[in-house]
Amino acid sequence: MNIITKLAIAASLATALTSVSLAQDLQGKVIGFSQIGSESGWRAAETSVTKQQAADRGIDLKFADAQQKQENQIKAIRGFIAQGVDAIMVAPVVATGWDDVLTEAKEAEIPVILLDRGVDAPEDLYLTSVASDQVKEGRVAGEWLVAEIGDADCKVVELQGTVGSTPAINRKQGFEEAIAGHDNITIARSQTGDFTRSKGKEVMEGFIKAENGGADICAVYAHNDDMAVGAIQAIKDAGLKPGTDIKVVSIDAVPDIFAAMAAGEANATVELTPNMAGPAFDALSAYLADGTAPEKFIITESKLYTPADNPQGEYDTRKGLGY
Amino acid sequence: MRRVPFERLANPQLLALTGVLLLNWLLFPNFFNVTWQDGRFFGSIIDVLNRGAPVAILAVGMTGVIATKGVDLSVGAIMAVCGAVAATMVVAGYPAPIAVGAALLAGLACGLWNGFLVAVLDIQPIVATLVLMVAGRGIAQLITEGSIVTFNDPVLIFIGTGSFLGFPMAAVIAVALMVSVTLLVRRSAIGLFVQAIGVNRAAAALAGIRSRMLLMLVYGLSGLCAAIAGIVVAADIRGADANNSGLWLELDAILAVVIGGTSLLGGRFSIPMAVVGALIIQAMNTGILVSGFPPEFNLVVKAGMIILILLIQSPYAALPFRRRLVTTSKATAK
Repeated sequence: MNIITKLAIAASLATALTSVSLAQDLQGKVIGFSQIGSESGWRAAETSVTKQQAADRGIDLKFADAQQKQENQIKAIRGFIAQGVDAIMVAPVVATGWDDVLTEAKEAEIPVILLDRGVDAPEDLYLTSVASDQVKEGRVAGEWLVAEIGDADCKVVELQGTVGSTPAINRKQGFEEAIAGHDNITIARSQTGDFTRSKGKEVMEGFIKAENGGADICAVYAHNDDMAVGAIQAIKDAGLKPGTDIKVVSIDAVPDIFAAMAAGEANATVELTPNMAGPAFDALSAYLADGTAPEKFIITESKLYTPADNPQGEYDTRKGLGY
Repeated sequence: MRRVPFERLANPQLLALTGVLLLNWLLFPNFFNVTWQDGRFFGSIIDVLNRGAPVAILAVGMTGVIATKGVDLSVGAIMAVCGAVAATMVVAGYPAPIAVGAALLAGLACGLWNGFLVAVLDIQPIVATLVLMVAGRGIAQLITEGSIVTFNDPVLIFIGTGSFLGFPMAAVIAVALMVSVTLLVRRSAIGLFVQAIGVNRAAAALAGIRSRMLLMLVYGLSGLCAAIAGIVVAADIRGADANNSGLWLELDAILAVVIGGTSLLGGRFSIPMAVVGALIIQAMNTGILVSGFPPEFNLVVKAGMIILILLIQSPYAALPFRRRLVTTSKATAK
């Protein structure tokens, strides 16, 4: 065994040990988690993934459901401070009004991590914020379409989220950025489907009638999977094949879109990962170990899923997460 | 007495519906095109019937409630509850007829609860039904455990997406419900009693009308209609979406009833015109979709149209016509 191999083994052992010790860091730590509520399937999945991640790392997770109310979240955080927890995670229901309670946490020297949404408060009041980049989600969806279509002409119809909502604005912007410069791809129609299945179906029905019975539509881009599932039904009702006659690309990666993908009726989805807690725990363990300040804004991965990614398997694993 | 036939011909609801449909046709020339496809009619006008059906079904029940000077704010939430009941039961393996039956019973129970609060405990209808409007959605979320319950039962799906003689099942159900309830209230004394309660409940009770039982009946009917609408909506998307099913539809239903000429102060009512009101609302929605307006304009366009329709219905709008008629009849008399 030469010296280089020995060094390599030593290095890898060291890395393994470090990662083990990092994972062990949070063993037995008490972490409070103030969740918004359970208004959507994604939120329910985020809760169950967080609990699972905490259990894997031996964390004693104190969970508080705020039922969509900021005052409940503030009460929960004050409760966590009084209990003297090691860290607090918050998925803030609104952006404003957090300065006082975050200052209290800072004075008690308890690090606070924001999950999934940001707040309008001075940055020194929290350790880090873990969230997805919604513009990037739209861009990944658009880039998939650009690569899929190539040079062919393509009329896209867009199912927007609720008018004026941040995800709708950002996901629209990202998609438009990705198709900019590709003149063969045009957004022919764009309407809001309010992020719901039934509105997605109704709007798609209208689009199909307006675009020559659907024959002129090459792809549909939906700001979330639920609207895409509704649109798929509308395409089928019109006697067309979703996924083939009209390509379907959407964002979120909920189980039902994988069921559609397994049936060949959807082409691509961009994941909004429910695992915000994993990166949060990683950042926290590094911080608690040697005071390494993590990046202020941790961006989660926006992974693209296509029928090549075992949609049936994804459906089965995700179904258990409470989506 | 020429005023009567003139007013019947120039029924403001039918005029408004025709106006909206013509406007859609101007914006989108293929609006009236109907083709035959896969054993059913296919076209924008069919979409209006199909998509307007849930609000039309709600409007049938809501008309009765509003005629008694009440209002039912809980119908949207009851839709979510009943859709959730039907979906979770078929997913649990019960046959579709039993699941639908259970959902209808749940809707009836919700309606009777509202009726109990209003008729027996004398709580104001807007407050009494607000209870279930808030609580109902929570109950629905408990039933579905916060997720969309997706099902594949062919019988249940048929209720939402099937067709009868080429027409969408939802529209067929709405028309059947409208006809049967209209016959029930107009061919019996129930309609008259309901109007009497709406005009003056105390006087009606003194005149011997069992107002409590009748109020329970109209609220129960409203709950039952909401259940039907909830089943139709869930069956349409093959899933019960407790968070969004029927959200804000109570307001559309009230608007449909008001456009249909029923007074919010009770008394005068018309079920078929409320259904026409629902079709007017849906014709506007579908028109916006096919005309290609940007979504930011949806609510503004809708609001403008509704103001216009209500103006047409206002008694003052008819004044110039009446004057002319009066003058012509005087002229003929001479």
